[in-house]
Amino acid sequence: MKAWLALLLPGDWLVVLAGIAVVAASVPIFWQGGMADRAIIRQEGKVFAEVDLRSRKQFEVAGPLGNTLIAVEPGRARVVSDPGPRQYCVRQGWLMRPGEIAICAPNRVSVQIAGRTKVYDSISY
Amino acid sequence: MTQSVIELRVSDEDRRVAWLATAAVGLSLVDAAIPTPLPGLKPGLANIVTLVVLMRYGWGTAVWVSGLRVLAGSLLLGYFLAPGFFLSLTGTTLSLLTLGLAMHLPRRWFGPVSLSILAAFAHIGGQLLLARAWLIPHDGVFLLTPVFAGAALVFGTINGLIAAKLLAEPAPLEAPHV
Repeated sequence: MKAWLALLLPGDWLVVLAGIAVVAASVPIFWQGGMADRAIIRQEGKVFAEVDLRSRKQFEVAGPLGNTLIAVEPGRARVVSDPGPRQYCVRQGWLMRPGEIAICAPNRVSVQIAGRTKVYDSISY
Repeated sequence: MTQSVIELRVSDEDRRVAWLATAAVGLSLVDAAIPTPLPGLKPGLANIVTLVVLMRYGWGTAVWVSGLRVLAGSLLLGYFLAPGFFLSLTGTTLSLLTLGLAMHLPRRWFGPVSLSILAAFAHIGGQLLLARAWLIPHDGVFLLTPVFAGAALVFGTINGLIAAKLLAEPAPLEAPHV
């Protein structure tokens, strides 16, 4: 081990450290999927609102069963309450990553997180 | 009647390039035999040969050895002129250009490990750009960047250390004359 370390010159250590820095920096740059930067709320399939994820807001979206309450906070969004019978979209909790989506199908409301780049999933297809 | 006998003169330099390229091709085959979780994630053992050649015989010889390795390696593994061949060619070209620049760094401070890491990053950078521009024209390709960059760093360091170890030993006798 020692013999191997002796082969590293001072500049080599610098390059190794720079390499580690590059790799570390590449993680947030490329694994954001685009940072989550917008929440798209849809009503009956049409865009109801596109919200910047830096803001803090609440939305009431009317559907056939009643009002769905959606909360947007910096970096995340969720369905707070929904009149639907099974509450799947409420139980999904906070959505933070681009491409994540909560669909309140009975009330025909959905909220999706979008990033800089479009993320595809099985639902998109 | 004119007698046309084409005589190819084989210089010592040619022999040396041929032997070194053979070693590089051999290592390429070993590389291909190692199972990896992700296509394209390879140790790149043949680069050890490139580094040793670069330090010992200069950039020109390194270009010859690498070029022959890409050509012969792709023929042996059956991907000549397939997408993998162009990925390989792009990566090799970029890393050779990088090595051409990096070899002028002061030798007192920067050894084979530095060259190896820089070349590995250039290699994977070139491949990703070609893949994005041609094979998979979608930014999704870049999702793999951190994985590839990490692998470039790790394998670059290991290959560089092996090259440094080989270079620390006295130069071997010239390739045997056949």
